[in-house]
Amino acid sequence: MRKQRKYMNPYLAGVLLGLALLSAIYFSGRGLGASGGIKYCVASVIGAFNHNAPGGTGYFAQYFEGGARPLQNWLVYEILGLLIGGFLSGLYSGRLKLRVEKPTHVSTTRRLLFAFLGGTFFVFGAQLARGCTSGAALSGMAVLSTAGFVTMLAIFGSAYAFAWFFRKNWI
Amino acid sequence: MSPFIEITNSSPFLQFITALLVGIIFGIALEQAGFSSSRKLAGMFYGYDATVIKVFFTAAITSMIGTQFLQYFGLLDMKQVYINHYYVYASIVGGVIMGAGFVMGGFCPGTGISALSIGKIDALFYLLGGAFGAFLFGEFYPKLDKLAMAGYKGPVKLSESMGINDGVFIFLVILIAIGMFWLAEKAEKRFARPDINTEY
Repeated sequence: MRKQRKYMNPYLAGVLLGLALLSAIYFSGRGLGASGGIKYCVASVIGAFNHNAPGGTGYFAQYFEGGARPLQNWLVYEILGLLIGGFLSGLYSGRLKLRVEKPTHVSTTRRLLFAFLGGTFFVFGAQLARGCTSGAALSGMAVLSTAGFVTMLAIFGSAYAFAWFFRKNWI
Repeated sequence: MSPFIEITNSSPFLQFITALLVGIIFGIALEQAGFSSSRKLAGMFYGYDATVIKVFFTAAITSMIGTQFLQYFGLLDMKQVYINHYYVYASIVGGVIMGAGFVMGGFCPGTGISALSIGKIDALFYLLGGAFGAFLFGEFYPKLDKLAMAGYKGPVKLSESMGINDGVFIFLVILIAIGMFWLAEKAEKRFARPDINTEY
């Protein structure tokens, strides 16, 4: 196997991420997003299985309003790009590999269970806060919005507060 | 003055190509930073790896300064740019739920997608969980809408609430970030875990 390259210097990677965010603001009029893209995919799946959802009274009906198709959305294309960019970076740095990443003392079942739960919590919370680390915290801070700073503090503060309870999964 | 308006009005195709390209840069930045590794991300909360704070705050500062420059050169009209709406309770409660999810799963949605892109199976489970979370929110929304809408303040800016000019505000954020970078470097030395903290 090809030798792995090191990760980029974090400050340099931060500048690159900042430029990605800046280009999103410049070209789309709003920042980056990730959980929003996931939400549109879910809306689309719900629409495919339940033909009453579009035009219905459920929460996801709003994403079909006026004949809109949830997959025809800026954020969906952006997260498709996110996947491609990550893949290219992994290819370049020799990090492409199918595997479950976990500390050696944690079982695979436990890691996958907590990964699933973590995703459920995170995206649920992101719907409430109208954005995740990308869309609410980072993009919100870029435009100096109070919502961005408050969401950022709530996410990081809470993660530190709960870290003790989940320490056995990591250290 | 703001190119996105022309793009939005021209063609959906151009709009989606731009979205794809912006996404690709986003993806390269996250993966190169090491955000495709849950153990690296979780290190933030146990002190052994503070990459998250360094990347996050450098990105925030870069974009804040960048928008100032674009405005200064007349390339961007901030009045046309979306400012996140502030719903006091939703931001706080949502953020707390997200923080719990972060330390359970080791990812946020963007970094989960980044990890999936290089083949992490745990990230696939994380994102399936995420899709389930979005579904649950939709199912429970009738019970949650009061909380979601409470304490609405509009698209407020923190600089304006503090009564200071945007430039001064950004300067303060930079000073705070430098302080945090200094702390982050100290913490990484103190809580170093060479057994965990290698290249993954």
